[in-house]
Amino acid sequence: MKVHIRTALLLSVLGALLVAAGHVPAFGSSERAAMTSREKALHVLNRLAFGPRPGDVEKVLAMGVGNYIESQLKPERIPDTAIAEKLRHLPTLQMTTAQLYDNFERPLREAKRERKRQAAGKGNGENGGAAQASDTDIAKAKDMIPPENRPRRIVEELSAARVIRATDSERQLNEVMADFWMNHFNVFAAKGLDRIFVTSYERDVVRPQMWGKFEDLLLATAKSPAMLFYLDNARSVADERHRSAMPAGRMPLFGRRALLDMDPETAKQLKENAPKGINENYARELMELHTLGVDGGYTQKDVTELARVLTGWSIGQRGRGGEGEFVFRALMHDVGSKRVLGRTFPPGGGIEEGETMIRILAHHASTARHLATQLCQRLVSDDPPKALVERVAKTFLKTDGNLRETVRAIVTSPEFFEPQFYRSKVKSPFEYVVSAVRAVNATTDGRALARQLVEMGEPLYMCQPPTGYADRADAWVNSGALIARLNFALALAAGQLPGTSALPQRLISETEVASADKSVDALARVLVNGDLSESTRETIRQRLTDDASPAIPVSTIAGLILGSPEFQKQ
Amino acid sequence: MFDRRMFLKSSGLALVAGGFLPKVFVRMAEAGTTEGCKVLVAIFQRGAVDGLNVLVPYAEKSYYDARPSIAVPRPGSAENAALDLDGFFGLHPSMAPLLPYFKDRSAAFVHAVGSPDATRSHFDAQDFMESGTPGVKSTRDGFLCRALEQKKAPKATPLRAVAVTPGLPRILSGSAGAISMPNIGQFGIRAGALTQPVAESFESMYAGAVAGALQATARESFEAVKLVESAEPAKIAPENGADYPKNPFGNSLKQIAQLIKADVGLEIAFTDVGGWDTHAGEGGAEGQLSNRLRDYAQAIAAFAKDLGSRMGDVTLVTMSEFGRTVKENGNRGTDHGHANHMLLLGGGVAGGKVYGRWPGLETLYEARDLAVTTDFRDVFAEVLSKRLGVANLRPVFPGYDLDEKKHLGIFAA
Repeated sequence: MKVHIRTALLLSVLGALLVAAGHVPAFGSSERAAMTSREKALHVLNRLAFGPRPGDVEKVLAMGVGNYIESQLKPERIPDTAIAEKLRHLPTLQMTTAQLYDNFERPLREAKRERKRQAAGKGNGENGGAAQASDTDIAKAKDMIPPENRPRRIVEELSAARVIRATDSERQLNEVMADFWMNHFNVFAAKGLDRIFVTSYERDVVRPQMWGKFEDLLLATAKSPAMLFYLDNARSVADERHRSAMPAGRMPLFGRRALLDMDPETAKQLKENAPKGINENYARELMELHTLGVDGGYTQKDVTELARVLTGWSIGQRGRGGEGEFVFRALMHDVGSKRVLGRTFPPGGGIEEGETMIRILAHHASTARHLATQLCQRLVSDDPPKALVERVAKTFLKTDGNLRETVRAIVTSPEFFEPQFYRSKVKSPFEYVVSAVRAVNATTDGRALARQLVEMGEPLYMCQPPTGYADRADAWVNSGALIARLNFALALAAGQLPGTSALPQRLISETEVASADKSVDALARVLVNGDLSESTRETIRQRLTDDASPAIPVSTIAGLILGSPEFQKQ
Repeated sequence: MFDRRMFLKSSGLALVAGGFLPKVFVRMAEAGTTEGCKVLVAIFQRGAVDGLNVLVPYAEKSYYDARPSIAVPRPGSAENAALDLDGFFGLHPSMAPLLPYFKDRSAAFVHAVGSPDATRSHFDAQDFMESGTPGVKSTRDGFLCRALEQKKAPKATPLRAVAVTPGLPRILSGSAGAISMPNIGQFGIRAGALTQPVAESFESMYAGAVAGALQATARESFEAVKLVESAEPAKIAPENGADYPKNPFGNSLKQIAQLIKADVGLEIAFTDVGGWDTHAGEGGAEGQLSNRLRDYAQAIAAFAKDLGSRMGDVTLVTMSEFGRTVKENGNRGTDHGHANHMLLLGGGVAGGKVYGRWPGLETLYEARDLAVTTDFRDVFAEVLSKRLGVANLRPVFPGYDLDEKKHLGIFAA
């Protein structure tokens, strides 16, 4: 059983003294009292936002907690003009997939080809091995391209933008949900062409659909080049015996090489590598991760049959009339009869089979429960109350998978404000880093912070398995990540992170800065709403008054508070 | 060479290794032991490596029938072909750096090994393998954590178990206090002139925090930091000309070797390596999987070389959540399957052999995959009891039939 911070305090002598001194509200021996209105304000800022900036708690109190929740549920009505200006220096965010291909992928491919040609020139021509460029040779190809044209820039800019939006956007819940859905529908940007697909994936697929119907979001991801490529569906085709007759001389092309400009050698290779049958990768994850959940009631047979249903869902080729967009290749679709989750498809079907299955999966009771659990884990607790999950699942089904209503059902529920959930959830690295930047009222270009996330185990856009990152404390609480968090807190407060300004001494008055005692309490008030345990407070006070220690500047006090156990939780 | 071997035989070193020191390690031996501390190095190949292309059943015609474009050629049949192990199985040519250890009987393989659970979900299968309880999702801790709890520490140390990974893996999670340390050279508080007082402050405020995961993790971390700072394992250079590939996996194994050599009391080390989920364009003797295996094998070979005679105290074991389909798919890749292989290398291994009952490729599990004939728990039961001296395996693998008759006899008595 979890012992609440304050319950534990109460049991200690210090805690008892504090209660007498009025530092903590009185509460029962086993149950914490209901949240105060100030705690409620902080709670919504911790869960619907990435923590408060100085003054945010007061703002929420002034407008009312209920009104704040309502406004955050309709992000499109919140003015957010300053963000556009901050993102202006990240030009790749606005590029189409075709532009990203032309600007970043094509130069790399040309450099690789050039490198191969050079290697071939050096070989004696007779030995096939000598004429081939080694992997290192090809890796070196990217050195031939100026840094600003290398593909890695795309993910760097995306990561910076995610951090900037989360720290600065007024539409905070929108950013929380973007983080949630990008993780739910995870793609790995380091898998081949996904590095150029992921920009449009976030901008045109996930963000525009995440407040609408789940079915639309699901269908949009199913048809996104990013997902089609990541989980290999772009290359999944019917077995020969299940294909419709193909006109002679036509050879549809797919996947990784789809965007290539053809040269004869490539075309030959392409023909040899042409897909010859189904690939069940996407069909499995579609049911296991995106919809039903692993125990949602499907079999291996369902996976294989769903893969057949989805054959032909592929990506248009740049340079061959396409722009790197979704295409349905009827010639590659499995026209045999199929049976998925009890639903039979007669022979001769097309794209509508997949669309039907997406619709069925989107509205399945298992999907409702799976999504409700995940959303409650994100917004309420690692182990959310079962009754809440059931109610949220019902709302999901009743509203036809309306995601705004589903989120509303969670954040306006009585359970959401139950006192045991106050400051009970360990922040993910992304939440921790962004909330710290907000707490010290810093501005950032996002880049150094994105690098910090790598150290803490959560590199953005770089989660390799389709599961995405876990939303539970046990995934994040470990030695290496904790040490990384503490070092980040110190570096941020000391203003040592490049591109990130933080002046903690400006957060409190000059008289408070001047007094060790006062500075600790004042910073605790600003940074953690005064919720510092007596142990933490005493530790810092003692350090300040210890003559043997070198003088501790205010920035280091702020660093200690940001690194404290209290600030790790939301 | 002869002199050195004689020296080793007459020194305590050979005794530490139970009188059996693999020739390769003897040849590389220098002075120094791990003070009798046996170490298990567990490696997880995440994403389900294609065991049938790592340990190739080249004598089976059906292997070639099922994989027209990605089969690894029979030994001697091509320039780049499987390396014969025992007349039936061959090693993928990219695994060549490990062949000398097999020939020298310091390395063994197990084939058709895995978890009996039928899941083809990466997440569930990894979870089951790490919890050590296939099919049971409610298990809270990892089986290597439980093994550690069943074992007396030869040395009081905060570094009994270390995962060189960004997070603490499931296999070591639990109350044994395993440490995750992605980079041992950077494992500590950095605050310039204030480093010591600041580190002490953090330590003290977390010690006073409410009991729970954060408090426990912090206590273990700060103790580990102090030990790492005094032992300075990151300064120990690779020996015997070991050349680790410059990639995360090579770096992880290099750091595990440093921890072993620093004598910090390490008993279990863990790391993982991904990139095995070859659904498309897997390749055969060359290509995607081949490139991954080359880096992988080079790293393990460098590790063994680096540790030299100390390898007599170290047992390295690899695992992967499930195997891949026998038949290649429509994209010259393979989908999620069932049984896989394991590698065992180091002290005590009765190597030079491929263990396990081969079920063949005629009768397949669920008509598509290699069947499991050895439960991975039987392999680990043997490792843990024979090498780490874990006497009571019942809590390690709860509910599992721990009949020793099922052991494959991978370790010399």
